[in-house]
Formats: sequence, C-alpha cells, structure tokens
Amino acid sequence: MATRQTAAAARMLVAPSVILLFLWMIVPLAMTIYFSMLNYNLLEPDTARFIGLQNYIDFVDDPDFIGALINTLIIVAAVLVISVVGGIFVALLMDQPIYGQSVVRVLVIAPFFVMPTVSALIWKNMLMNPVSGLFAWIATLFGLTPVDWFTNYPMLSVILIVAWQWLPFASLILLTALQSLDEEQKEAATLDGAKAVSYFFYIVVPHMARAITVVVLIETIFLLNVFAEIRVTTNGGPSTTNIPFHVFELAVNNNDVGGAAAGGIVAVVLANIVAVFLVRMIGKNLES
Amino acid sequence: MARKVSTSRRVAMSAVAWLVALLIFFPILWMFLTSFKTEADAYAVPPKFLFFHWTTENYVEVQSRVDYVLHAINSIVLAVGANIFGLILAIPAAWSMAFSPTKRTKDLLMWMLSTKMMPGAGVFMAIYFIYLRAHLLDSRWGIGFLLMMVNLPIIVWMLYTYFKEIPVDILEAARMDGASLRNEIIYVLTPMAVPGIASTMLLSVILSWNEAFWTLNLANVNAAPLTNMIASFSSPEGDFWALLSAASVLAIAPILIIGWFSQKQLVRGLTFGAVK
Repeated sequence: MATRQTAAAARMLVAPSVILLFLWMIVPLAMTIYFSMLNYNLLEPDTARFIGLQNYIDFVDDPDFIGALINTLIIVAAVLVISVVGGIFVALLMDQPIYGQSVVRVLVIAPFFVMPTVSALIWKNMLMNPVSGLFAWIATLFGLTPVDWFTNYPMLSVILIVAWQWLPFASLILLTALQSLDEEQKEAATLDGAKAVSYFFYIVVPHMARAITVVVLIETIFLLNVFAEIRVTTNGGPSTTNIPFHVFELAVNNNDVGGAAAGGIVAVVLANIVAVFLVRMIGKNLES
Repeated sequence: MARKVSTSRRVAMSAVAWLVALLIFFPILWMFLTSFKTEADAYAVPPKFLFFHWTTENYVEVQSRVDYVLHAINSIVLAVGANIFGLILAIPAAWSMAFSPTKRTKDLLMWMLSTKMMPGAGVFMAIYFIYLRAHLLDSRWGIGFLLMMVNLPIIVWMLYTYFKEIPVDILEAARMDGASLRNEIIYVLTPMAVPGIASTMLLSVILSWNEAFWTLNLANVNAAPLTNMIASFSSPEGDFWALLSAASVLAIAPILIIGWFSQKQLVRGLTFGAVK
C-alpha cells in the first residue's frame, strides 16, 4: 500500500529513534567490554594496561562476587514466588463480585507507584524498627519478642520490601487476564457445581498461564536490577549485596573501572538469558 | 458482575478483599498519618493511630531541611523533559511502523524491546566514565537524556500498539484527498492518537519519576530528583520519622494520583502489549 515515497519517508521517521537506541546500546557495551579487559583505576589512569580476561577471573574468584550472584538470584526467586502466588490470590479475590471493587483496586495497586527509596525507608524505620516500629508493637501484643529485622534478617527484610512493591504489579496484570476470562464460562462453572479447586486448576490457571509467564519475565528483568532498596537500607554488606550493587561499589567506591566493567558484562549475560525468552514470547504475540 | 451469588457470600468475600487491600495499602496510610505527628508521637509505643496532636509543621520543615522545592523541580523537569523528547522521537517512529510496516518492522520492534533488557549495571561503568569526562554528572541534561533512553523502547512500543488500532481507511481517505504526509500526521492522525499518546505520557512520567538507579548514582545536588532527597534520610541524625513521612508524602503524591488514573494503560505499557 505504501508508495516508494512514503516508504522512504517512513524510514526517515524511524531512523532517529533507531540510531539513538543503537548508539545507546552499542557504545556503552563496547566500552564496557573494552574496560573489562583493562587494569584500570580511575585514580591512577596512567597505569591502565591490557590484561585480557584477568578481571573476569578475579571477579569470579572473588567470594564477594559469588555472594552477590547468589544474593541476586535469591532476591529474584523470592520476590517472584511471593508476588506471583500472592498476586494470583489477590487477583482472584478482586475478581469476585465484591462491594467497592474499584476502590479495592486502587488500594492494592498503590504501592507500585511508590518510589523505591520511599518504600525502603518507610518499611525499614516505621514498620521494621525493633523498638518503635509497628511490627515490634504487634509482636509484643502477642507476647513475642520483637524481631530486629535488618540486624538479624537483612536479606529477608529487603525481600519483603521489594515484594511489597511488586505484588501489586502481579495482581493488576493477573486481574486483567482474569477479567478477560469468559463471564459465561465462570457462570457455567458455578452452575455445574464444579468444585472451586478443580475450577481453579482446570480453567483459571491455564487461562492465566500466559499472563503469569509475562509477569515472571518482566519482574525478573526489573528484579535483576534492584538497587535503591539496598542502597538506602543496608548499603550493601555481604548478606544483601547483589550484582548491581557490587558493580556500583567497585566503580564508585573502589574506582576499579576494569572490575566494575567485568561485573557489568556478567549482569548483561544474566539479563540476556531472561530476555531471550521474553522477547520470543512477545514476538509471538505480535504475529497473532 | 452478572454472576448471581448469595448476599452473605458477597459480604464475606468483600470483607476478605477489603482486609487484604487495606493490609497492602497500610504502609502508605501509616506514612500519611505519621507525617502529621510530632516526632515524639511518631516514635510512641504503643503507636498512636488517630488520637495524637495533629500538626503540619513537618511539611514546613521539609523545605528548610532538605530543600523540597529544588528536588521537586528536578523531578518535574527530568520526568517531563525526558517525556517530551522521548515523544518527539517516538511518535514518528511508531507512526511509520504502524502504518507503513516493512518486512523488517517486526525485527526492529523486537530489537528495541531488547535494548530495554540491558541492565543498568551492565553499562554503568561506561556511562559513568563518559559522564565524568563530559562533565555531565549531576546535570539535568545528562540525567534527563538517560531517563529518555531508558524509557524510549517502552514509549515506542506503547504508541505502536495504540496506533495499530487506528483504522487505516481514514488515513487512506485523507491521502486520497491530497493530504501531505505532514498534514496527515497533524490533522488526521494526531487527534485520533491523542488518547494513546496521553496514556503513554502518563506511564513514562511514572517510570521516570520513580527511576532510582541512574539518579542515585549520577545525580548529587544540582540535578537530584525526589528519589535522592528521600535517600538522604538513609543516614539521618536524631528523630526523623515524621519528617521522613512528610517528605515521602510530598514525593509520591503526584505520581500516586497519576498512577491511579492510568492503571489500565500501565498493564499494556509494561507488558509491551502482551496483556491488555
């Protein structure tokens, strides 16, 4: 349908975005790969020299790196489990014929709009503080000893905060998927007297499978990059430093350009493993 | 809802749903209440829920202690600026991909999506280095540019899914009437595309406003947005909960309101159209 002229015009219209995105991707990536093979400290730029894969070897040998890798995976896995399982529950609940559904929706989605530094500090102080925090008071109500969250369970604390931010996202997406489930089918299931459990496993879960996959993949992309929540609560430490934070420490605190770059490349590889699946899935959707 | 359920069941379900919703929302409510307390009341054990001395002095104090106005201006300038430049780039691109698709359009879209997967940590060292040398650290232009690039793939995608839904016949008709490409965009496409563009803007503002990896690492004073202002409370001195709460309310209120209006678009934008 497009004439040659409009096709040429169309290409011109796409070009600026494509060129910028291409530069945005290729320039830093090429630089990072280059830096990652240098022994380069920002404070002594004159001593920079090529050392091949030594940074990667150091990085992988470094117990801090293995720790950071494990912490990254723990955060991703734990938050995924909490937000997806919780999200299914919340979405099913919101899909019921309840009073004030739109208000419930607004309340549930709210945490997603809270900036990470705010959620982290509000939770760390006003909820999780072992003396004056609300959780401590609730514990004493039940005659329990208040938990000193960030001292004794720093990773769990970070996970709870991040999960609180992502549960609403999962709930909202799963609810959207659930609402597209045929109303008649839902009704038929009720009339047949189908047991709630079998209804859930044979009708709801298969219907939501796609949305769940999308939630898992998108959350993984963001969760691999959790940074602010760690920065403002524990500021690192062996038990909560993840890959992004480790890279930040190497770069900003140690001025170790080479090491940080090598860490960055590891992060890119990790993200790509997820990205391949996500891109393929969305691509399939584009065809239909 | 068309489903027939007994009233008692409906009441029970509603009660559970409301309870869960309030639990999820509670930290925000608690922050809101605490922002009106004195510091002594904020730290009180047992906690004071409603019966405390209500005061608005924290909101005044936020300005003098952490310069709220400067940070708020930065947040607005960064989010709106990144958004406007992003749209200027994305609207033509999305338009042409939606209406004059070529064999390569799909690959191009997928490739754009893949740039979004690039983790900040992956390119951090290079960006930090470039910015250090180019004196772009802590500059609004520098940070704004980053925010634009980070969100550009989402903006293009979201616009694309909206533009796709505009009936092509109308554009053909305009073309038959001799409308130029330029006029086609300005008079025909734009009015129909405004709702989609508006939704895209909202989502993009939300994402830029809450972005905290690049802003925390590359902004310090001059270009520091509200995310950084709040982060300055991570190592405070003395009692600060009421103050932190007031600062937090001020930092999240605008985006909370925008966010509530754009829930539906959020699903579409963040899933790249995979869930609508």
